[in-house]
Amino acid sequence: MSRILFFFSEAFRALRRNGAPTLAAVITTVVTVVLLGVLIPVFQTAQAKSDEVRSELNVSFALFDDASNAEIAQAKEKIEAVPGVAEVTFVSKQEALRTLKSELSDKTIVEELHTNPLPASFQVKASNASDLPQIEREVMGTTGGAQKDPISPAISNPFSRQQSTQQIAKVTSALKIVLTVIMALLVVASLMLIGNTIRLSIFTRRREVEVMRLVGATRWFIRWPFMIEGVVVGFTGGLIAILILWIGKITIVDPLSNHGDSFALAQHNSTVAFPALILILFGASILVSTIGSGVTLRRFLRV
Amino acid sequence: MARLRRNKNSAPEPVRSRGKRAPIIELQDVTKVYPGGHMALDRVSLSIGRGEFVFLVGPTGCGKSTLIKTLIRELDVTDGSVRIAGRDIGAMPDKKIPQLRRNIGTVFQDFKLLPNRTVYDNVAYALQVIGASRAEIREQVPATLRLVGLSTKLHNFPDQLSGGEQQRVAVARAFVNHPPLMLADEPSGNLDPVTSIGIMQLLYRINKTGTTVVVVTHDREMVDNMRRRVVELYEGRVVRDEVSGGYTEESTTEFGMRMRAEMGVGADGTRRTNGHSLTH
Repeated sequence: MSRILFFFSEAFRALRRNGAPTLAAVITTVVTVVLLGVLIPVFQTAQAKSDEVRSELNVSFALFDDASNAEIAQAKEKIEAVPGVAEVTFVSKQEALRTLKSELSDKTIVEELHTNPLPASFQVKASNASDLPQIEREVMGTTGGAQKDPISPAISNPFSRQQSTQQIAKVTSALKIVLTVIMALLVVASLMLIGNTIRLSIFTRRREVEVMRLVGATRWFIRWPFMIEGVVVGFTGGLIAILILWIGKITIVDPLSNHGDSFALAQHNSTVAFPALILILFGASILVSTIGSGVTLRRFLRV
Repeated sequence: MARLRRNKNSAPEPVRSRGKRAPIIELQDVTKVYPGGHMALDRVSLSIGRGEFVFLVGPTGCGKSTLIKTLIRELDVTDGSVRIAGRDIGAMPDKKIPQLRRNIGTVFQDFKLLPNRTVYDNVAYALQVIGASRAEIREQVPATLRLVGLSTKLHNFPDQLSGGEQQRVAVARAFVNHPPLMLADEPSGNLDPVTSIGIMQLLYRINKTGTTVVVVTHDREMVDNMRRRVVELYEGRVVRDEVSGGYTEESTTEFGMRMRAEMGVGADGTRRTNGHSLTH
């Protein structure tokens, strides 16, 4: 018990006496934790958004006006059986007109139409947006280049903004990879930054370690105060960073989130919850700075 | 006493008995070759009994410091065996080394004090390391600092002390747990002659309490008439091992007086001339 107290008093003595390196280590921790605390939710939201965009991508198949209900029902079953298809929605002629009407700014154009020129259609979504062209080929019977009939006689032709569908699919998958790589790099850089700062502060005290060994201190006797220092630095830095993040959330993010969709980035429901994020970052900062201290010491503790 | 407890958890190792107890230091054909091929110690055999006061002399680079480092196993020897109190320290597992060092007080030319601790805390650290109780520390530290004559500077930091005073702190730290063996590597190398004598007297006084003291110095002439055992190294070999001038029991004051005469310093502490020639 008295030994534990001794280790703590040693650690706090060292923190007091090495003000500048201690401050540097704390500030480094604060900066990296704040950075991660802001960027992790942003990245996650960006990824979720791109997933959302991809899931909205679809291809539609127009139906002949004279197709019977039975034919339509059969066609729907056949399309649903195509591999990769996630969802098939029937859009009637009336629904198509209504959608068109709501999208147009000049409603009178629709009024002037005496008949409904829009076909009924199936809107097909894929479980993976990249499969859409393949699904289209399957449905239209053009697989392998040979021109054949569509899988159902009710289907006339596909329509979609095919070009943009493919582009969006490509861009979003590239975006996902880039975001993941940047996030990984950021985490690695933070670890190295904190580790390096700790190494520096211990390096300035290697003579002290040498003297301790000389008078017969065991490795753990020397190591414990340094580890406790690491805990204190990680704890302090983490706490300050979380305070900054919390203030930022209350003053900037929360008011913006109340204005509907205008600040979608920070309020997306697939983002890690704020308390969980804080807990993880806090734990990580303490762990990294403690392990960093312990590992660095190994070099000086070799007999 | 707790501070001198031996390795309780290990079975008593076979202690070589020569007469009653094994010599405190016993080297057999110790050779140390540094990486790169420099041979620092060349088949050195040496035996130092308990309670002796030994000067280890020789020119710079003769292997004195290497020898000291092998005794606390800061260096592993290339060949031969080093026994401390009958125990072969070359065969000692790494985790026993701190235990070994606690039983050997060491003093260095550059003091090696912890700069961010007071005099008191520097000395106390040596006791904290061995797990001494607070009461023990409160008793031993002031007593030892009184012995070295620093009881008024307990709360000063090392950089507020003179070189001689810093070395006294180092001696106090080495002696505070009353180790059976004390090694001093050029303890007066950085000090002026008057201060050196003070440090030597201190080591002599410590020797009188029963602690074996080995003092390394490159000042051959100073020890020539010390009437103490002198071991001389030259290029890694022992070239001389004798008690010069006949070993006599003498008081610390006599010891100091003779040293002053040797070094050409007056009894009042002033240096007379820069040599012996004018005083004879």
